[in-house]
Amino acid sequence: MADLTSDFVGIKSPNPFWLASAPPTDKEYNVRRAFGAGWGGVVWKTLGLDPHVVNVNGPRYGAIYGADRRLLGLNNIELITDRPLQTNLDEIKVVKRDYPDRAMIVSLMVPCEEEPWKFILPQVEETGADGVELNFGCPHGMSERGMGSAVGQVPEYIEMVTRWVKANTRMPVIVKLTPNITDIRKPAEAAMKGGADAVSLINTINSITSVDLDLFAPEPTIDGKGAHGGYCGPAVKPIALNMVAEIARDPSLGQIPISGIGGITTWRDAAEFMALGAGNVQVCTAAMTYGFKIVQEMISGLSDYMDSKGLTSVDQIVGRAVPNVTDWQHLNLNYVAKAKIDQDLCISCGRCFAACEDTSHQAIAMSADRTFTVIDEECVACNLCVNVCPVEDCITMEAMAPGLVDPRTGKVVEPDYANWTTHPNNPASKAAE
Amino acid sequence: MSSDAFTPGIVPARLEAEAYADHFSDLHPRLDAHEALVAADRCYFCHDAPCITACPTDIDIPLFIRQIATGTPDAAAKTILSQNIMGGMCARVCPTEQLCEEACVRELAEGKPVLIGQLQRYATDHLQEQGVHPFSRAAATGKTVAVVGAGPAGLSCAHRLAMLGHDVVVYDARPKAGGLNEYGIATYKTVEGFAQAEVDWLLQIGGIRIEFGKALGREETLESLRAGHDAVFLGMGLGGVNALEAEGSDKEGVLDAVDFIADLRQADDLAQVPVGRDVVVIGGGMTAIDAAVQARLLGALNVTLVYRRGRDRMNASVFEQDLATSKGVRIVTHAVPRAVIGNGAVREIEFDYVDEAMAPTGQALRLAADQVFRAIGQSLVGEGLPALEGRKIKVDDAGRTSLQGVWAGGDCAAGGDDLTVTAVAEGRDAAMDIHKALTGAAA
Repeated sequence: MADLTSDFVGIKSPNPFWLASAPPTDKEYNVRRAFGAGWGGVVWKTLGLDPHVVNVNGPRYGAIYGADRRLLGLNNIELITDRPLQTNLDEIKVVKRDYPDRAMIVSLMVPCEEEPWKFILPQVEETGADGVELNFGCPHGMSERGMGSAVGQVPEYIEMVTRWVKANTRMPVIVKLTPNITDIRKPAEAAMKGGADAVSLINTINSITSVDLDLFAPEPTIDGKGAHGGYCGPAVKPIALNMVAEIARDPSLGQIPISGIGGITTWRDAAEFMALGAGNVQVCTAAMTYGFKIVQEMISGLSDYMDSKGLTSVDQIVGRAVPNVTDWQHLNLNYVAKAKIDQDLCISCGRCFAACEDTSHQAIAMSADRTFTVIDEECVACNLCVNVCPVEDCITMEAMAPGLVDPRTGKVVEPDYANWTTHPNNPASKAAE
Repeated sequence: MSSDAFTPGIVPARLEAEAYADHFSDLHPRLDAHEALVAADRCYFCHDAPCITACPTDIDIPLFIRQIATGTPDAAAKTILSQNIMGGMCARVCPTEQLCEEACVRELAEGKPVLIGQLQRYATDHLQEQGVHPFSRAAATGKTVAVVGAGPAGLSCAHRLAMLGHDVVVYDARPKAGGLNEYGIATYKTVEGFAQAEVDWLLQIGGIRIEFGKALGREETLESLRAGHDAVFLGMGLGGVNALEAEGSDKEGVLDAVDFIADLRQADDLAQVPVGRDVVVIGGGMTAIDAAVQARLLGALNVTLVYRRGRDRMNASVFEQDLATSKGVRIVTHAVPRAVIGNGAVREIEFDYVDEAMAPTGQALRLAADQVFRAIGQSLVGEGLPALEGRKIKVDDAGRTSLQGVWAGGDCAAGGDDLTVTAVAEGRDAAMDIHKALTGAAA
């Protein structure tokens, strides 16, 4: 069993798996169950000023599904806590007292003025909480009132509020970013300038999950109407991974610590976020889908992975894939691969053929007895056949060794790296020196 | 006097009254909506799917399963029924494990094919139970076609012809339509009067008249049908039962399995169908299995199915063989009946064991038997028929016989397996060719 102990901006937890600020961390009962199941920390559901907000009394969630109703994406229109501030503070205090080894972060959202922050921060400190997370991400409801993503979409506001918070508390400050912007690096930079100890991302994405075709209303539908909600779950993971990587690989952001969020469902998802620069991860939809017990698979999976790689600390995973994230123009154009179909694994469904023949490069041949083979003369190694094949590892992309002739182009595979910046077809290419 | 499993002789009511409904209930209860979605999600939507190739009626299986998965089972049913108008019955009786489901790539991948047959039933039941008939007739052509036999081949042919605008008269020797669907299939495969419901649904197309009690060579002749109609389709199946070549096979209690199965299907009260205590079924096809299993379900104490070759040569599928053994039928292979023994009525039956080359091994088997069912195949009967190939009517790929204006399909025609689905395909294809011949049009 590898040591999974995590230290994120000075906040210690027995593992890097936190529950994100969301319905699962709304109150003492849930959080006690989460800690009982083994979660390393929680970000308590966002507190605001009294009088507390109210939620709709109809459906709060909408979903999209994969095969067998596997929940792939979840949308919500729930607001921040709808309980009195003091109730939450009292519960935070007793839970932290009973679980001193777990991370207790408190998410906050108050109006965009300094006084409310001066008012609420000392009360949070008094609970013994380990840190605060500023909710600049919530995209529905609160944003209509000038909070949440309404702040997160204006870098100047992020910087200003972060500075107020840092000036009024000794606790570490994590700024939670909204993905509903064009360039995630701008709000991250603003948080850094304001003195944030870390950023966390992504919050949910503006979304309508489906439309009721009888009512002609978006779902979830409240009395015939629907409003956009925040999208999360496995479907958003690729978007979140990219945004995490964009921040992690930007030298001007000074390697600001990142708490990774967005569709993390398994240990592998968590490890991927960490490899792209997240110091720890936060989970919500997976717990809402399967219950708190899933953390046990995350713990065992990450531990087994670290043991198999000879890693002794989670920090050794963090950022290891960042140097390999680059821009398209720097990809090696001399690298040539070809698809290869393992005939022993092939079940002859023909999906690779349909995909390639109809939508790609006509590079797969089909025989009368349903044997599918790659035509190297046509294959551009696009990978679509790999992606649509229902059998794992049946189709693989095999690199051609330098010196061989690519049957598609008739050219020898060059051993040297060469990219678009020096390619003769690039009008802006610079001649190799 | 009440009887039970131990009562000797051929007697009714061996079981408690309530046991019959249980024993003869639906073999595969239909999938509910949730089960259908789960099953449909497993389909890979293969390119040029092998299941389609394996289906004698070429149903676009991946398309209809996708239609189920997207919540449109009635569209799925139309996909099925446009290729196979008896898709409902075929979903119940097709040996799918030897056809579409054997070809399913998930059979290769996991040994567990997509449940194609059960999904087909889900879709067709969904449509047919609403009483919806999704096909309509083309403008009348003024042509009439005689169809002999209201079984799967004849009704399939008749429906397609009616849809194309022809008027059809179907002649059937029996008092009900359906052929083997009505008279020749085990009760638990088509419960609750499905065969007749399907016929009624099929006839909603209009333009089809059925003349019951009219058999070829009895009330009608081929000459008169040819004279009175623009074309004739022969789909009367196999009316004769092959004889048992064993000494004493004329003894009382030696019966045809097809009659036993028909009596069961037509019985208002299964408790009134008599069955032996020690039943022996001779044969290795679906009829033999259906008779043996149902004899057990009626309460026979011992049921033995005896086949002259090995299990791998049996026409009954492995699924059917396993069904029989699971119901307590003993299967004996490599044994040929030599003599039926008894004083008037059968008491025992003696077999010679044979090797793979059918040569006697010198060993014998003697089984107690108060009821023996012959299920060693059926044969074509009739005179003045078109030219034969072997013991069946010779047809070309379009179902044309040696006689001008006469087509044939189903079990009475040479070529193809003797399956409901094959009969449906042959009837449909012959109809298309008849249409072409009568109108000069490609449909």
